Amino acid sequence: MSSLVPLPIVIPLLAAALSVAFAKVRMAQRILSIGALGASVVVSVLLLIQADEDGVVIMDAGGWPAPLGITYVVDRLSAIMLVTSSAMMLVVLLYAIGQGGVRHDGDPGVESRHAAFHPIYLVLAAGVAGSFATGDMFNLFVAFEMMLAASYVLMMLGGRGPQIRAGMTYVVISLVASALFIAALALLYASTGTVNMADLATRMPELSSEVRTGFSLLLITTFGVKAALFPLFFWLPDSYPTAPGPVTAIFAGLLTKVGVYAIVRTQLLLFGGDGDGFGGSRQGTVLLVVAGCTMLVGVLGALAQDDLKRALSFHIIGQIGYMIFGLGLFTLAGIAAVVFYIIQTILVKTNLFLVAGLVDEHVGSGRISQVGGLARSAPVIAVFFAVPALSLAGLPPSSGFAGKFALVDAGIGADEWWIVAIALVVSLLTLFSMTKIWAGVFWGEAEVPPPPSASVPPPTSASTVGRAGGPWLMVGATGIAVALSIAYVVWAGPIYELAERAAADLLDPRVYVQAVLRDRTPASFGGGG
Amino acid sequence: MSVLLAVTAACLFGIGTWLLLQRRLTRIIIGLGLIGHGTNILLITSGGRGGLPPLIGRGEKDDFADPLPQALALTAIVITFGVMAFLLAMAYRSWQVTHDDLVADDLEDRLVGASVRLDSDVADVEAADLEASSDSSADAPGQPDDEPAEMTGDDPGTSDTEEDR
Repeated sequence: MSSLVPLPIVIPLLAAALSVAFAKVRMAQRILSIGALGASVVVSVLLLIQADEDGVVIMDAGGWPAPLGITYVVDRLSAIMLVTSSAMMLVVLLYAIGQGGVRHDGDPGVESRHAAFHPIYLVLAAGVAGSFATGDMFNLFVAFEMMLAASYVLMMLGGRGPQIRAGMTYVVISLVASALFIAALALLYASTGTVNMADLATRMPELSSEVRTGFSLLLITTFGVKAALFPLFFWLPDSYPTAPGPVTAIFAGLLTKVGVYAIVRTQLLLFGGDGDGFGGSRQGTVLLVVAGCTMLVGVLGALAQDDLKRALSFHIIGQIGYMIFGLGLFTLAGIAAVVFYIIQTILVKTNLFLVAGLVDEHVGSGRISQVGGLARSAPVIAVFFAVPALSLAGLPPSSGFAGKFALVDAGIGADEWWIVAIALVVSLLTLFSMTKIWAGVFWGEAEVPPPPSASVPPPTSASTVGRAGGPWLMVGATGIAVALSIAYVVWAGPIYELAERAAADLLDPRVYVQAVLRDRTPASFGGGG
Repeated sequence: MSVLLAVTAACLFGIGTWLLLQRRLTRIIIGLGLIGHGTNILLITSGGRGGLPPLIGRGEKDDFADPLPQALALTAIVITFGVMAFLLAMAYRSWQVTHDDLVADDLEDRLVGASVRLDSDVADVEAADLEASSDSSADAPGQPDDEPAEMTGDDPGTSDTEEDR
């Protein structure tokens, strides 16, 4: 029992309410947001320490014990996700504030133009934290909706034509996934009489294996839309690149990973950690096939793109494939590698999109064919791109290498050679794609001149845009993200041990169930919630 | 679950899905609304048969209706309502920008598609010439980096999107 558990959700929500009141005073909004997200980071770290000592930290909302009330549960995986997400939210917030002034096309950054940015960004933070911390399926739906509603608004801030066009795809597909989620919840409640995750875990074995298979597939589909799994990924490369720069960075880093988290949580907790969720036939095989296709589609799609953000968006999909690959193995090494890899990807992807925003800021175009020679004109941006790019491709000694090594090692350990082969080929293609971007953006000359509106010299460049390539706060925030991903590989050993402990918890649902239900055995309460 | 409610939910899902697959934004939104209603009916019926209001003193435990699915459905209705309002605002903005209800093609997809066609043309000029002569409707694939406004001739809105906010 800990009163810390709801704080990562409550603090940003309260700050969001206050932020609306200060809509006219941008500086007050900034201080509020930074303070709230900073406090979230501190609380998340405290929760991680507590969860790592005690195993599982829980809080019953309103004092109603599970399964009657809503339970908030933070185990090691949740705590790790909370720390990473709150830290990234803070870094991207700094970047967005740094973007503030007037940009090349006379178009100020999203943060300084819209008073709604800060409150909605904080609601997004609360929704993400809620998804990680909840122990109740319906509450997970509510947290998802909170996060998604905030993301709809953030994606379309400004309301320009392409944004509306792309945002429409995003909103509609998210709503279809939400409808599927409610349908799955209704069916789960009808067949088990509960929506509490721990309680569900105890009652799932009572269902016939066919029904369990159906639920497992339904939940994979539901969360697969949000995680952009093959073949449900098509909305992502359309919609993410059109959002304002910092918004794309946080979406790329976090939102799909919330979907992956939900898949990992539900598949392992509700459908057994042994991969026999389909009652005999392995759900792992389904996940592995999906993972292989997701990896291939992601990297091949990225190779075809000319738009920098769009190529990186396809790489998001490829990376999701790696995580599902680890999950599909259903071994301790596989799950530990997934936990390690999710964090790694959040850091790297946020990083790459922050750099893409800097390139946009510096040149006024995000098209690979219109940009060139940045290694000379903006060496800092080049370095900031090189570190996460190598990491994405998985070259040693980057954090991506550590993550991919763990995954491949787990794959070989589970004798799934074909998926290991796909993972390695996709790594090679990722390296090729990164080389293509590097050669196009940082070396050589622009093949096509940037559009005339963007090639006008920036009016404020003398004071704010130096050789670093952007306002200092933007560059600084990107630098923090790069430093975090370097620190991640320096401390890869201890972090991997933590990931292994988290994986051991995940593979043994009894730990989670006993912590939530405590001494109440499942037979001691009647059906019907 | 009564057969009538089951059939109603199924019809709502079916019609909603059909509307969702249309190209007109208004139909998509109505379709989403119908699917939302379908899920709510499903949620209500998941509580089993109806009964007395669950107040202490009104009856025995077995006479009560299950209140939880009703609370869940209420939450889901509120969320659907909020998102629907946002969708309508978005559709109105889309109409302001494009003066059309049709969902436009994605521009980057077109550009990537055009560049692929260009590559094959360069590799096999004669075949491309043959194709161009036989198919008069083929557009000139000579400029893969056209300005966006030119690539979407059927989408008059994308070029004049900067309206006064």
